[in-house]
Amino acid sequence: MAIDTLGVVRDGERSHDPSREGGRSAARCVGLTKRYADVVAVDNLDMEVRASECFGVLGPNGAGKTTTVEILEGLTTPDRGTVEVLGEAWGRGHDRALRERLGVQLQETQFSEKVTVAETMRLFRSFYRRGRDVEELLRLVSLEEKRGSLIGKLSGGQKQRLALACALAGAPELLFLDEPTTGLDPQARLQLWDIVENFRAGGGTILLTTHYMEEAARLCDRVAIMDHGRVITLDTPAALVASLGAEQIVEMSVTGELSEREIARLRGVTVVRRREGGAYSLTVGDIATALPALLDELARQEVKLETLSTHEATLEDVFVSLTGRNLRDG
Amino acid sequence: MGEANEILVNDRGARNEREGARVGREGRGGHGGESYRPLVELTLVRVREFVREKEAVFWTFIFPVLLACALGIAFRNSGPERVRVAVEAAPGAGATAAAQTAAALAKSPGVEVLSLSPEESARALRAGKVSLVVVAGAAAEPNDATDVPDAGSTLQGGLAQTDFAYRYDPTRPESRAARLEVDAALARARGRPDAVAAREEQVTASGARYIDFLVPGLIGLNLMGSGMWSLGFSIVVARGRKLLKRFAATPMRRTDYLLSFILSRLAFLFLEVAAVLGFAWLVFGVRVHGSVAGVGLVALLGAMAFSGLGLLVAARPTTIEGVSGLMNFVMLPMWLLSGTFFSADRFPAAVQPFVKALPLTAANDALRALINDGAPLASQWPQLTILVLWALVSFVVALRIFQWQ
Repeated sequence: MAIDTLGVVRDGERSHDPSREGGRSAARCVGLTKRYADVVAVDNLDMEVRASECFGVLGPNGAGKTTTVEILEGLTTPDRGTVEVLGEAWGRGHDRALRERLGVQLQETQFSEKVTVAETMRLFRSFYRRGRDVEELLRLVSLEEKRGSLIGKLSGGQKQRLALACALAGAPELLFLDEPTTGLDPQARLQLWDIVENFRAGGGTILLTTHYMEEAARLCDRVAIMDHGRVITLDTPAALVASLGAEQIVEMSVTGELSEREIARLRGVTVVRRREGGAYSLTVGDIATALPALLDELARQEVKLETLSTHEATLEDVFVSLTGRNLRDG
Repeated sequence: MGEANEILVNDRGARNEREGARVGREGRGGHGGESYRPLVELTLVRVREFVREKEAVFWTFIFPVLLACALGIAFRNSGPERVRVAVEAAPGAGATAAAQTAAALAKSPGVEVLSLSPEESARALRAGKVSLVVVAGAAAEPNDATDVPDAGSTLQGGLAQTDFAYRYDPTRPESRAARLEVDAALARARGRPDAVAAREEQVTASGARYIDFLVPGLIGLNLMGSGMWSLGFSIVVARGRKLLKRFAATPMRRTDYLLSFILSRLAFLFLEVAAVLGFAWLVFGVRVHGSVAGVGLVALLGAMAFSGLGLLVAARPTTIEGVSGLMNFVMLPMWLLSGTFFSADRFPAAVQPFVKALPLTAANDALRALINDGAPLASQWPQLTILVLWALVSFVVALRIFQWQ
């Protein structure tokens, strides 16, 4: 009997089937499809979340992240495909037992405003047969001092932390977080990340959706990038960035006609991508050789350079290179 | 993700180890020192939400008392009601005859007289302000059936030169009563003795006043209103806030959620009923002639029937507008037909089975029987059965069709 950092109870009573441990899947779906009217939200999707990892689903709004997660949570029924969560399937008469083992945070739940933090916490704790005490949960998300405050008086970050505490109320094995930090200020986001990392450190499994690449890069062991209801690539954040074959990204905008082909031939430049309004994004292997050559070439073509910036390649650039769009373009 | 973070995580790890030892004892097997019962917690949250909403408290407790007060004063028994009639001068006739007629009628205690011009009296008759128009000095026109359904008598002596016509709507009971009253008054003014002299015995029994009739109806109406609005709105709001979906993602039992609404209603039910009954007793002397416990039981079953209906109405709508429409659709027939403000027996026999099957009719009838007539509770078994059926059927159907998203 031991209790991990964040409420993951591990003892004989918890389903501790050895065949499910280490490297095996905590959640898996095959051939998942969900249509809404004329929109295909999820399109023949395969995905596997391994036990004890933090798995990120990164993609723009409308990519199908929420639909996928809600199907895994048993809240939405897929049109096609199979789902397995902690070795169980939904709708086979074990739903309540399965929900005891899951923690869920939805994208936009608003708790009743006239109820206090502690009362809300008690309510959610009461739904689970086992889990931590209310005070313990409040301490985990640093809301002890707000225990008597009405929900209506909380800040956005405090509400999100309460939502997270409610998701942790039953000491879940698998935690679903749907865009947990959307709309939060940087400090509130850092606080939330700490809590998630703690849960992860305690051996819990997390499935997290986000459209913040820095969130996925920091929290996730593996990241699936989703677009138009499909997974377009899946790997560790580092491997995804490395797959660009680049260390640096050069963003620039110019006035005048630029020959992209000439630029692409320059030493060290791997990809040239035209963005709207005379803006270009260059994928560059070695910035030290590529940059002088680029400036010489611009001068030769008699094109006026307006802005230029460089940064290390990120998951955002992976998304751009795969789709030609920015994550936040939607 | 530098060293600073690692230190932070390690630090937390150490702290959690210490806590873990303590929690390990408390939380063994997941059952902590505290026990949590979902139905209790859900009900408590509902009760707190209600108490912290000042408007809800006003509409549930204060409003029915104010309504009883206003209606009780408006319809208080201040002697027998007098018939209101208008007197107008016939075309061509002088004002003297009309003035004499009005003076003669004013002597009669049962008649209230207004002297009006023909246009005014026509308008007053149409609007029901007067029940009858006496046309003084008109020539008798027995054949004119449209304007003058009944020709007036031609009198001898005193007002002998005056011809009268009564203009009224014979389908209105108060107009027919006015006709008899006016006829008798004019005959007396002419000096004719009453053909039959009967002794009058007037009765105003406690329990037969309008306020006595009204109070049980107001209790019934309040049971319906607070049951349906409070449940319907809070469920639809929770659905709109995605709170229902969040609950659906927990192992919470669906029945616990719906039952908590009914239980929280019961927490306030007796206060609500006591507020109206106590007020009516103190201010108007309305007494409960039957068993108080029986009244409590009827109120309980009524509240459950209306809570069930509230759950049913709120089972699917996602917007306040949607649920309000449905609510009105369900409640309007009961406002009109269930005999809150006047007796439902007045409706045609053909609709009586429908009227009797409505939960508000059942609640009102049973409450009146117990409060006004002192009837034994057992005699109200048909009404109680109707209430129980409504409660059971609506709850089961609501649970079936309930949308959590």
